Amino acid sequence: MIRYVVKRLMMLVPVLFGVTLVSFSLLQIVPGDPAVLLAGEDANPEFIEAVRKEYGFDQPLHVQYLRFVARAVQGDFGISIRNREPVIRLLLQRFSFTVQLSFLSILIAAAIGLVAGVVSATRQYSLFDHASMVGALLGISMPIFWLGLLLMLVFSVHLRWFPAGGSGELRHLILPAIALGAASAAVIARMTRASMLEVIRQDYIRTARANGLRETVVIYKHALKNAMIPVITVFGLEFGYMLGGAVLTETVFSLPGVGRLMVEGIFQRDYAVVQGAMLLVATTFVLVNLLTDIAYALFDPKIRYE
Amino acid sequence: MSEPLPRTSQAAEVWRRLRRNRAALVGGAVVAVFVFTAIFAPAIAPFAPDRGDLGRRLEPPSAEHWLGTDELGRDIFSRILYGARVSLQIQLVAVLIALVAGCLLGLVGGYYGGWADHGIMRAMDILLAFPGIFLAISIIAVLGPGLLNLMLAAGIYSIPQFARIVRGSILSLKEKEFVEAARAAGEGDASILFRHLLPNAMAPIIIQTTLRMATVLLTASGLSFLGLGVQPPHPEWGAMLSNARPYLITAPHVATFPGLAIMLVVMGFNLFGDGLRDSLDPRLKD
Repeated sequence: MIRYVVKRLMMLVPVLFGVTLVSFSLLQIVPGDPAVLLAGEDANPEFIEAVRKEYGFDQPLHVQYLRFVARAVQGDFGISIRNREPVIRLLLQRFSFTVQLSFLSILIAAAIGLVAGVVSATRQYSLFDHASMVGALLGISMPIFWLGLLLMLVFSVHLRWFPAGGSGELRHLILPAIALGAASAAVIARMTRASMLEVIRQDYIRTARANGLRETVVIYKHALKNAMIPVITVFGLEFGYMLGGAVLTETVFSLPGVGRLMVEGIFQRDYAVVQGAMLLVATTFVLVNLLTDIAYALFDPKIRYE
Repeated sequence: MSEPLPRTSQAAEVWRRLRRNRAALVGGAVVAVFVFTAIFAPAIAPFAPDRGDLGRRLEPPSAEHWLGTDELGRDIFSRILYGARVSLQIQLVAVLIALVAGCLLGLVGGYYGGWADHGIMRAMDILLAFPGIFLAISIIAVLGPGLLNLMLAAGIYSIPQFARIVRGSILSLKEKEFVEAARAAGEGDASILFRHLLPNAMAPIIIQTTLRMATVLLTASGLSFLGLGVQPPHPEWGAMLSNARPYLITAPHVATFPGLAIMLVVMGFNLFGDGLRDSLDPRLKD
């Protein structure tokens, strides 16, 4: 197991190198003098020169890159030209919000997806099975932002169950979390159903039944435990997609998340913010995938020996 | 995977299986209507997509304006028809970019192995480190907003999926006898890659192409919704939804129909893609 974890950690190195290189090159590819881009077009010349010195834009590229990484590791992503605030402070504030939203979404998606998947599998071709698979198809086909608008229309405007705007409380997060989690619920439901159907056909399930175990014990104790193994990988992946999809949800519901911060950064040419957000979200996703893989290996010993 | 049967009989077999799959037929019909609409929008649309009448803003659906009018008094039905053109164009270009680049990378990586493979796959890992639509947004951050960059972003976003699938197929195909036979007959790498390996890896590529049309539409309309893709006044469904936001309470129909259009078309491609998977390669059925 330790060998697997070490091997998996080694694979992080090239990916993190690539991720830092991509966000570093943002300032190099965007047309214009990087120092001016970072300092802001209306900054005075002394400040621009100070920025050029500090970031080493007068140095060769590899020196610039190393400085960029060294600063990023210390949590220094520069100053936002719009808010005149350290980018790291903005990022952490907004990121904790996005993580809360994604976390609530994955909880909702897991609850709906697992129940729908298990019940569908145990009653294959029943009305419930057909209905939940049609629901899953709708879930993966519906644009997040449209679902968000519809939820807002029905539950905030007409029924007044939830507030249409604002943030800071759990009730503000419910509708955005449902909008963000719908597609994942669909994916988890399909995956759970397929996995359960496969497990139910195995010999050890027939044996368990033949031994006279009650059907609920067979399904929930024996089948579900084994069927969950492949589903675990989906959780990590879906959590990552939520970090991305949160951009759309945050825009629809006007929520102060990191995705919204990044899009605003693009519009306002606040490149330090964009760089920081790219780096933060990608690194988080890479780490989440690492944890998922390790969890998967813990549950399924076969993986470790591949 | 065995040598393909003579082409006509294989196509006939796939068609036979596809015809019996009701979900796939529904999906195929939706896709056909979508493509037809995109091509003939100017002939079908009752109004010009950008012709507004400010005296008739935000009107609900009526006999004259089937789906009502938007915030500038434009006919929503006509705009949705023209929107199909914009969407199909984006989908085709983006998926083509991903298809060509992804297949080439997958072929080279899978066939030559070693450092080429290692380098290509690590590069794909880096792209995949940016989750979902976030990758497309990051690419737009570098390239800037606009239609052309949107296609490029949605295209690059889909490269890793094609590269991985093609590489996987090639890895298993290159050990087969027919490849050895071709090599023994003195055929070069290029000929083996494109005349023997690629045609045998077509089934998963066709399936992925169909399913990616759905993903690309969701991504592209999402980017346009954020203001990073197609810019107003072009009739793009995501951008139309974004414009409709301020009128959600007073005129909810403006936000309803463009979203419905996206969902229907995405669902069509998903159903058709799933059906193709079951028909082209029944073993892939989950």
